Formats: sequence, C-alpha cells, structure tokens
Amino acid sequence: MFTENEILETIDMLDNRHLDVRTVTASLSLLDCIDANGKKCADKVYDKITRVCARLVPVCESLASRYGVKIVNKRIAVTPISVIGSASGDFIGLAHALDRAGKNLGVDFVGGYSALVQKGATEKENMFLDTLPQALSETDIVCSSVNVASSKTGINLDAVGKLGKVIKDLAYRTRDINSFGCGKLVVFCNAVDDNPFMAGAFTGLSEGECAINVGVSGPGVVEYEIKKHPDYDITQICELIKRTAFKITRLGALIGTEAAKELNLSAGIVDLSLAPTPAIGDSVARILESIGLSSVGSCGTTACLALLNDAVKKGGVMAASRVGGLSGAFIPVSEDAGMIEAVRSGALGLEKLEAMTAVCSVGLDMIAVPGDTTAAQLAAMIADECAIGMINNKTTAVRVIPVYGKKVGDEVDFGGLFGTAPIMAVNGGNPEMFVNRGGVIPPPIHANKN
Amino acid sequence: MKVVVSVIGKDRTGIIAAVAGALAERNINIEDISQTIMQNNFVMIMLVDVENSSVQLDKLGEDLQRSVEHLGVTVHVQHEDLFNAMHRV
Repeated sequence: MFTENEILETIDMLDNRHLDVRTVTASLSLLDCIDANGKKCADKVYDKITRVCARLVPVCESLASRYGVKIVNKRIAVTPISVIGSASGDFIGLAHALDRAGKNLGVDFVGGYSALVQKGATEKENMFLDTLPQALSETDIVCSSVNVASSKTGINLDAVGKLGKVIKDLAYRTRDINSFGCGKLVVFCNAVDDNPFMAGAFTGLSEGECAINVGVSGPGVVEYEIKKHPDYDITQICELIKRTAFKITRLGALIGTEAAKELNLSAGIVDLSLAPTPAIGDSVARILESIGLSSVGSCGTTACLALLNDAVKKGGVMAASRVGGLSGAFIPVSEDAGMIEAVRSGALGLEKLEAMTAVCSVGLDMIAVPGDTTAAQLAAMIADECAIGMINNKTTAVRVIPVYGKKVGDEVDFGGLFGTAPIMAVNGGNPEMFVNRGGVIPPPIHANKN
Repeated sequence: MKVVVSVIGKDRTGIIAAVAGALAERNINIEDISQTIMQNNFVMIMLVDVENSSVQLDKLGEDLQRSVEHLGVTVHVQHEDLFNAMHRV
C-alpha cells in the first residue's frame, strides 16, 4: 500500500500543478504510400492514417480516466511529405489528405509536411518548399518543419534564404489570423526523428512502421518543489529537479507503454520536455525565477536554464527505458506566462533569448516580430540559430511569426495554448548580401570524426 | 485489477459509511483502507479490487463522485500502476 503522502503528492501535482501528458503522438511511416499518381498517393495516405490510428483518440481518453491524468493533445506525425510526394509532385493534395485524416480522427495536429534539406535540396524538394505558404494557409491542423542544417552537414544557406521568403509569404497569406500560419512552421538544425512535439514532429526515415511517442510536461510541479526550499544551495536544487523530473517522466512512460499496448503498436520514446502553457503555474520562466531571478531575462538566466535543462534530462533518463525527442526545457515566448510578462516589461529581448537557446532543448520559439521584418532578416535569424545548433551539436529551431501590420509595442493573441505574444524588436542592419550569397556553410571541424 | 480510491474533504459524519456503501453497491471489494485528518482535512485512501465491478473502470471516478456529492468530498479513482510508476523504482 502506498503512503498517504505519496498519493496526495500525486493528486496535488495532477490537480493543482498542471502535471499532464502534453501529447501522445503516433509516429507513422508513409513510405508504402508513395505513388506516381498524386490522387492515388493522397488516397493511400488518408486510408493508412485513418486505419492505423483509428483508435488513437478513444484509447487516450480511456487511459486519461483510468489514471486520472489529463492527456492534452493527441497527434500524428508522418514521414516527411517531401519524400512521399516527390514521385508525383502533388504536395498540396497530400497536405489536404493529412488535414482531412486528422480531422476525421479528432486529433489535434498532424505533423510531417516536412523536408530534410540540410545538405542540399532536389528539384522536387525545392518545389515542395515553394508549396509551404499555400499548404499551411489552406489547412488547419497540418504542421510543417524543415531541417536546413546539421552538425554533420553544415548549413544549407540556399534553403535558409528560401525559408525567409516562405515565412514572409505565409505571414501575408494568414494576415487575417495574426499571421498564425507561421506558428505551424519550424525551421530546424539537427532535427530529431522521433520528436512528439508540434510543430516540429515528423517520422524520420530511420523510424519503424508505427510507434507511440509521448511528451510529458509539468513545469508547475518543478516550480512548486523549488519554492518549498529557499534554503537549498544550487547543487541541492539540481538534485531536487532531477527527482521531480524522474516522477514526471515515469508518468509519461506509463501512459506511453499502455497506449502502445492497447493500440497494438510499438512503444516509442518518452520526450522529457518541460513544455509550458499560458496558464498560471505552468511556466518554465517561473522555474528560473523560483531558482532566484527577479525576472527571466536578467543576468543569470542562461546559467539557471542550463542547469534546469540538464537536471531534467538526468532525472528523466533513468525513468524511461527509451528517451528521445527534444528532451529538455522549452522556452516558447507566447506560450509561457512568465516569458510574456518579461518581454512586456522589457526584461527579456531577442538577444538574451538567443543566448538561452544555446542551453535549452530547442530554440527561438513562438516569437512574434514586426510585420516589416524582411525575408533576409528572418533568414539571417534562422542562420544564427543554426550556427548555435551546428557548433554545439544540439537541436535548435526557429518558429518566428512576422505579424502582418504589427509593430513593436503591439501584442497579438493566438488563442488557447498558443497564448499571447508581445511584438519583439529585431536588431537593425541589413544581412541581405550575406543571405543572398547562398551556398552551404561547411560543417565544423569536429564533424569529421571518422 | 487494483485501483486506489482517495477521498478528500471536510470531515463530517458518515463519509466512510457512504463511500464503503457505494463501493459495495458496485460489487467492489475494499482490500486496504487508511484514514486520517491532515491539516483539518479528512483524507481516506483505499486500495480496492474492481475485478467484478458493475461499473466500467473508465466511468468509475465520475460515478463515485456523483454518489457522494452531497458529502462535499472529492473522490479520485486511479489505477494503482500510476503510483507504482511515480513512487517505486
């Protein structure tokens, strides 16, 4: 029998500290759907998704009530569509097939309208990149990611330049909804094959047929535990975070294993991420503040984030048999009440955020910038993030929203889990000549390990 | 299948009787029970066997909560594996 304290602690985490399973993501290979006929390919994709994932939502709902645990999102991630659609070239048809299949099943998002062009792009892959603005503005729940760099291959500056233009176009096409189309597109360096989180989830070519990947969350739990111990030194704080991350991850591993068993699919990875939401008490920024900063953005922020990110991994790794995805602390601006407040008050700017991305799990995430930010500036921002990821052998990403018609001082509301974003200032100067040079930035010397 | 039923709320007469009665009505066997007052709150934890329960496990939490609503207590029904996962290595 468990002790009262153990049971009450769990109930308190679930009821009052926003501990939840952020996502159960079915990772599904579509390689057997490739067809030179675009219509046939789209039909095969729709059929496979709706057949294999038919019970995803009901099974998650049943598990949620059995364990008394909220499962916030159910998602599907598929093989990059640039691969599946290259034979026919009908990428838009596939985007609509993903959207329809996801809606039919009642999932929250379908990820994988993606391309892996970190070393170079084929003719068809370039065509695919050109379809991004149309695909993401015509669909609702389809998410997209493009890997433009890696530590092994360097940075594909041609693709980076193109993505700057794609983001501008997408912002214009979705101007009626505060350019939110850009919130469904992530540009990666060192993208991972088994990430369950959106907008960057896709099923990598190294993955098997279908697996259940789980992302847990619970920044509120970590903040609450730290606040109870103002007397702890920083080593003890790291230990505390590790212990808390262990418990959080065990919950995710349990749900992932049970979901896979009931769906008769293989159990994939647990992503140990601390993912915030705009709700009070569900913020990564507040964890950093509970460690001892008056506001996120102050000197010391990078150090606190580094220890948090590392302690989460160390605690989580022992708690699950297979750990993967992005695993660490997410720092999206619009989705985190503490980050929003820090940007509003001027305590946090893009430069500090960029430093934080060198030690967090991903990168510049859900950042709203002025509508007149140029394509070259956006591309150069992506190049900077890629450089951090490439040199430090970590995943970095940019999900930036140049909100049409808005300027610094304005604020936009994306609704629900996407939160509110104050428009952040972008450094002046013009990087156009750099971006327009094109070509590939070669990988760093430490890529040559063989 | 073992499930943990936790009942939390303001202490008053008849909580244990009502919850135990509700479980018996649903053919659920109580295997272990502990009850205490923590920070002025009534806290009761029960380990129950739902193998022969007349109510499906997914609906049991809602169902039990409804049946003891008048007592002003909160009932949680959670599979024991949740606590095994989080508190046992």
